[in-house]
Amino acid sequence: MVVFQKPHALTDTPFHYCPGCTHGIIHRLVAEVLDELGIEGEAIGIAPVGCSVMAYNYFNCDMIEAAHGRAPAVATGVKRADPTKVVFTYQGDGDLASIGMAETVHAAARNENITVIFINNAIYGMTGGQMAPTSLPGQVTQTSPYGRDVKACGYPIKVCEMLSELDGAEYLERVTVNSVPNIRKAKKAIKKAFQNQIDGKGFSLVEVISSCPTNWGMTPQAALKWIDEKMIPYYPLGVYKDRSAEKEAQV
Amino acid sequence: MSEKVLMKGNEAIAEAAILAGCRHYFGYPITPQTEVAAYMAKKMPKIGGTFLQAESEIAAINMVYGVASAGLRVMTSSSSPGISLKGEGLSYLAGADLPALVVNVQRGGPGLGGIQPSQSDYFQATRGGGHGDYHMIVLAPASVQEMAELTVKGFELADTYRMTSMILADGTMGQMMEPVALDLEVKPMPAKPWATTGTGMKRPHNIVNSLFLQPEELEKTNFERYARYKTIEENEARYEEYRMEDAEIAVVAFGIAARVSKNAVDEARRQGIKAGLIRPITLWPFPKAPFAKALTHVKSMISVELSMGQMIEDVKLATDCRVPVTLCNRVGGMIPSPDLVLDAILKQAKGGN
Repeated sequence: MVVFQKPHALTDTPFHYCPGCTHGIIHRLVAEVLDELGIEGEAIGIAPVGCSVMAYNYFNCDMIEAAHGRAPAVATGVKRADPTKVVFTYQGDGDLASIGMAETVHAAARNENITVIFINNAIYGMTGGQMAPTSLPGQVTQTSPYGRDVKACGYPIKVCEMLSELDGAEYLERVTVNSVPNIRKAKKAIKKAFQNQIDGKGFSLVEVISSCPTNWGMTPQAALKWIDEKMIPYYPLGVYKDRSAEKEAQV
Repeated sequence: MSEKVLMKGNEAIAEAAILAGCRHYFGYPITPQTEVAAYMAKKMPKIGGTFLQAESEIAAINMVYGVASAGLRVMTSSSSPGISLKGEGLSYLAGADLPALVVNVQRGGPGLGGIQPSQSDYFQATRGGGHGDYHMIVLAPASVQEMAELTVKGFELADTYRMTSMILADGTMGQMMEPVALDLEVKPMPAKPWATTGTGMKRPHNIVNSLFLQPEELEKTNFERYARYKTIEENEARYEEYRMEDAEIAVVAFGIAARVSKNAVDEARRQGIKAGLIRPITLWPFPKAPFAKALTHVKSMISVELSMGQMIEDVKLATDCRVPVTLCNRVGGMIPSPDLVLDAILKQAKGGN
């Protein structure tokens, strides 16, 4: 009896991710959702620039590699070309919240009917650990060697909180994947973000608080603990916007 | 004879794009190309198409990238400063071998420059515009009729060769009104088996991508692309020759500069001077044939440009510098008058430089 297997929506290409990185878990969750909703054949994924740049090799659906930060604009084009397709972006914090912030905000404001999987690990991983727009105050990185000084470089950007002010956005939830119960909750949120698109509800973004043991300079276990101790207090988990649920509650 | 309608150049581009089957337009406001977007905003919703005013030129070109990935005809338009912003996207479109149409209704630069006509984006257009080794097919209309015809041609060439076609117009071409015949022949779009339209669980996944981390592989993609460019250089160069049969002085000009130069050539001929005009219609590939032919009888050439002298380099390359080439130009939104060009011709006729 098969009790556990690789989702069909993942290819056989081995992940290039570092040991302990949670990208692998999140890729799997997205692929499981594509399988369960039966949408792999209709899905088009947009990969970012950053650690998950090669996501196009890992998902079995059609994939597009976008320029840094531009995935929501590319997704807009793909979705407008054929609104019956299921279009998702998979982006890191530098990609989505720094160079691509305009594209993110405006896709949300337009309530573009796409799904955004946003990986927040508070650092630029691919380029070797520079300060991200989501790096915590005091966080030591290659480009904030004395710790992020908020007087000089400002404060981290809380994406879900910020986007929740937009009338356009349909669904915004922040989850993490540092424990089995949290992974289950994350999958539920990702599934809802895809189901919303299928139901024509609009812009749905799931922010996944993720770990980067390599660039945080920690063991994988310590990194998962750091999520609980440092990341979640700054980035509280939960639903920041669920317009359809709000409407139902009003009725 | 077909019926003609009076249209602005910018409107002719928009209407021709729709006739060519383009149903997706993404833009961002900038003078002097505004009419393209305004026309699309009116028309697209009525024919089931998409008009979207993007948050920036960068977003617009990436929306183009998305629709192009899905295998449909798509365009954006802008003017000089906006095209600079699209440079990133132009490079990615080239790297991913995606077909698209981009319109540049040029204005004076550099920087914010002005809003009057210019041809000073010649280098940017003919050398690619963004980073990396690549070209775009660059089409330079000199009438409102050509604005329409070259738009259709631009889509066809883009699809045939899987690359960006750019209409390199200028503020005059965009704004002026002329009668246009819109009974344009449109060839059917070729199949695009590479497009990311969903696997339907029936084929392996398609990937649209410009990342190749293995240098051998990246080198191969560049070599293959340039082999395709060679075919284009051999087959797609377009030009007009005007009174060149026995010309001793060749004026070289495109777009509005060619319109002005034609008048100057006529006046020179009236004065008994053997002047002619070579008008490149494709700026990339730059037409070499009329220059090879001209070298058998032409003694000097004059490059007439609304720039500080950009096309003149291609004229020198096309002639191997075998005859003297001088520049006759106005910049910053100024347009050379027929008299200015005539003076340059007269000077050459007297043997001066």
